[in-house]
Amino acid sequence: MQATLSALAEPNRRQIVELLRRKPRAVGEIVERLGLRQPQVSKHLRVLSEAGLVQAHPVAQQRVYSLRAQPLKELDDWLEPYRRTWDERFNQLDDVLRDLKRKKEKRDGHGK
Amino acid sequence: MATASSTATTKVTLPSDREILITREFDAPRDLVFKAMTDPDLIPRWWGPRGYTTTVDKMDVRPGGSWRYVVREPDGRESAFRGEYREIVAPERVVQTFEWEPMAGHISVDTATFTEHDGRTLVTTRSLFSSKEDRDGMIQSGMEKGLRETHDRFSELLVELRDSAR
Repeated sequence: MQATLSALAEPNRRQIVELLRRKPRAVGEIVERLGLRQPQVSKHLRVLSEAGLVQAHPVAQQRVYSLRAQPLKELDDWLEPYRRTWDERFNQLDDVLRDLKRKKEKRDGHGK
Repeated sequence: MATASSTATTKVTLPSDREILITREFDAPRDLVFKAMTDPDLIPRWWGPRGYTTTVDKMDVRPGGSWRYVVREPDGRESAFRGEYREIVAPERVVQTFEWEPMAGHISVDTATFTEHDGRTLVTTRSLFSSKEDRDGMIQSGMEKGLRETHDRFSELLVELRDSAR
C-alpha cells in the first residue's frame, strides 16, 4: 500500500499508469507520449515495477509494459470508506439543495 | 422521485503525497450550494454522517473567523471538529482549516471551489495536509467511521427484514 502510494505520488508516473490503463505499451511509445527522455522513463518504470504496479514482457526486440490491477485495487479498497463518508454527506446535501431550490422557485413566483 | 443528482458520484483522488481531492456535482446553482455549505442553520442537516446529530457551536463565516461543529454519535459519544476561515469569496471559493479535536494539531487546509454549468454546480475540495502521515491518517479515520456506518446500515437492514417477515 505505502509502496503504491509513493510510486503514484510522482506526476509522470501517474501519467504512465494512465497510459497503460488503456492498453499495454512498448517503452518507446511511452517515451514518445510523455515527451521525456528514455533514461527518465526507464527510471519511472523501474519504480512502478518495484511497487508491483506494472510488469514487463519482452515482445520481439521491445519491452512491453502492462498494468497490474492488484495494487490499484488495494488502493481503491483503502479509499472506499473515506469516499463513502463524503458520498453520504453529499447525498444529504442533495436533499437540502432540493428544499432550497423549491423555496427559491416559490419566492421567485414560478413555483411548480 | 428520481433525479439526476441521485446518481451523482463522489470522486476521491490523491493528486500528491499531502493532498486529497474530492469532486462531486450537484443539481443546483452555485449560490444555493454556497449557501448550504456556509449557513449555520443548514449545516446540521447534512454535515454529519447519517444517524449522527451535528450541532453548530460556532460559525463565523469571514476571513479569520472560526467554526466548530459537535457531532454526537448514536451511542452518545461526542467529538468536535473545528477550524478557521481563511478566505471567503461568495459564491466561488471557501478556504478553511480543518481539525478533529481528538487529533488536535493535525490540521489540513481545505479549499472548496464552486463552478456552475447549466444550472449544476461542481464542488471541488482540495485538502492539503502538513505531511503524508497526516493525510493517510485522515483517510484511515474515514475508514473507521465507514465501517461503523456499514454496521449501522446492516442493523437497519435487519430491522427491515424482521418487519417484512411479520
